[in-house]
Amino acid sequence: MQSFMSQWVYTDTVKDHFMNPRNLWKEDEDFTPDGVGEVGSLACGDQMRVGIKVSDGRITDLRWLTYGCASAIASTSMMSEIAIGMTLDEAYHITPQMITDKLGGLPEHKFHCSVLGDKALRAAIDDYLEKHGLDNPYKGTTARIICECKGVTDHMIEDLVKNDKVKNFQELQDATGCCTACGKCREKILEELNECLHIYGKQ
Amino acid sequence: MDRYVYLDNNGTTRTADEVLEFMKDNSELYGNASSMHTLGRNAAAGIDWARGRVASLIGAEPEEIYFTSGATESNNTVFGIFRDRADDGDKRSRIVISSVEHPASIESAKYLRKKGYHVDLCPVDHYGRVIVSELEKLMGDDVALVSIMTGNNETGTIQPVAECASVAHRHGAYFHTDATQAIGKIPVNVDDLGADYLSLSAHKFYGPKGVGVLYARKGAPLLPYIHGGHQENGMRAGTYNNQAIYGLGKAAELAEAGLMEEHDRLWEMREALRKGIEERIPDVIINGSNDENLCLPGTLNVSFPGAEGESILLYLDLEGIEVSTGSACATGSLEPSYVLLASGLDVELAHGSVRFSFGRYNTMDDVRYVLEKLPPIISRIRAMSTRRG
Repeated sequence: MQSFMSQWVYTDTVKDHFMNPRNLWKEDEDFTPDGVGEVGSLACGDQMRVGIKVSDGRITDLRWLTYGCASAIASTSMMSEIAIGMTLDEAYHITPQMITDKLGGLPEHKFHCSVLGDKALRAAIDDYLEKHGLDNPYKGTTARIICECKGVTDHMIEDLVKNDKVKNFQELQDATGCCTACGKCREKILEELNECLHIYGKQ
Repeated sequence: MDRYVYLDNNGTTRTADEVLEFMKDNSELYGNASSMHTLGRNAAAGIDWARGRVASLIGAEPEEIYFTSGATESNNTVFGIFRDRADDGDKRSRIVISSVEHPASIESAKYLRKKGYHVDLCPVDHYGRVIVSELEKLMGDDVALVSIMTGNNETGTIQPVAECASVAHRHGAYFHTDATQAIGKIPVNVDDLGADYLSLSAHKFYGPKGVGVLYARKGAPLLPYIHGGHQENGMRAGTYNNQAIYGLGKAAELAEAGLMEEHDRLWEMREALRKGIEERIPDVIINGSNDENLCLPGTLNVSFPGAEGESILLYLDLEGIEVSTGSACATGSLEPSYVLLASGLDVELAHGSVRFSFGRYNTMDDVRYVLEKLPPIISRIRAMSTRRG
């Protein structure tokens, strides 16, 4: 007899991190972070908090908490494994793509969940530098994600406008898929697009 | 995995053994029920029998029963009838539905709105129950149809259907109820409810998938909506799906025979689970009413603040327990349950909602198993959460 068996909802790596999360911030442990960052919106159902310990410009330890779905939990867990041991410079440039690749991929509509882990980490680094009166050489240098669902950044929009690839919202949407999932970024996308069109005299 | 516990009976049910057996017993009736020869006539006799069983279940006449592919088609059909009437110049062109209808109605209504028709949504109270005085305010002599479901799929909330129907009728509008979730759980009688139209699906009460019914009261407007042969008085063309219709007939017979007994059994399990959860897990919110007269017996919808629904669902799934959630993450829509939001629930609580829905194959052992596995899962998720205390 033919029998049908489906795969689990996510990859085996996601399942492993979901069932056995790494570097979780346990309630009873003595972890005093040097910097803490929290990002996320309850409207989307995901929120993350990351605490880091820093020594000689390196992340020596990290703890996290996540309110969210299985892929959000797994991607924060994976982010923690990637970040520990990195220099602040390396850690600041972790991308959502790096996290999802290591997880063996996520369904497209889940991509926005994994974006939060790296953002929470950057917020923690910002907090560390500020608390310790250090210059922040990173802030503003990294691309800012505007469409979280599709991972569309201000730099991507700027490049497309500058190189005459897109002239209006429709073309930008066709090129990047921005604003095709939850639609919450529409205003911000339009604002960024109009600014770029203005700056490069494309209007 | 110690055990397999299916608690998603509002999603769909296991086809009853008696139904499968009955379909198998009649598998030789493959004739086209529209044919004049013996095999065709025998097949048609089976279909007439099934029509009679469904009519008896809901207190209708057999000729008021139209077979469809399911309640989604039935709902779409009703909306389509009134769209066509508006197109043909009927002055009554407005449709009023509740804000917690099934997507088969909500999306049909949205589509009509997009096409320029006037559709109003009637608000509900914190149980998700239609506020009849608000419905009254929405009425006028331009309303063609009022559509209010019998019982809600997510919360189990039973609507004041008869009252809504009389409001509709007082203003000269027709009344439709989607009874999909209520059939086989509470008494559903088209005269008691005052329904001009009613939708149901076989697979929600142990019949096969892909078959359902549109009930249309004698004299209520009907227009052919699937064009082709002369099946169903020319209303809904297409060769009959004999076996599925026989299965629906058998399921209707079973539902009618054991109705109140099944009601009490489902309610007992639902209440045992609710009380067990409230005893064992701190800080939980029951969505919908705990009054037996206001809630479908097998449905329990619970929010767990600080825990997200998809995580709960998947940890339960790994223990062999199958439920559903109102969390956005599980649907891919990014918006949590519109039913819970319309009932005034906070967005975080909607993300943290889980629906347990019992059926005829569940037992008290299932309740005990869930009560053993669920509390540690909730405390584990809460301990991981940014929302922890």
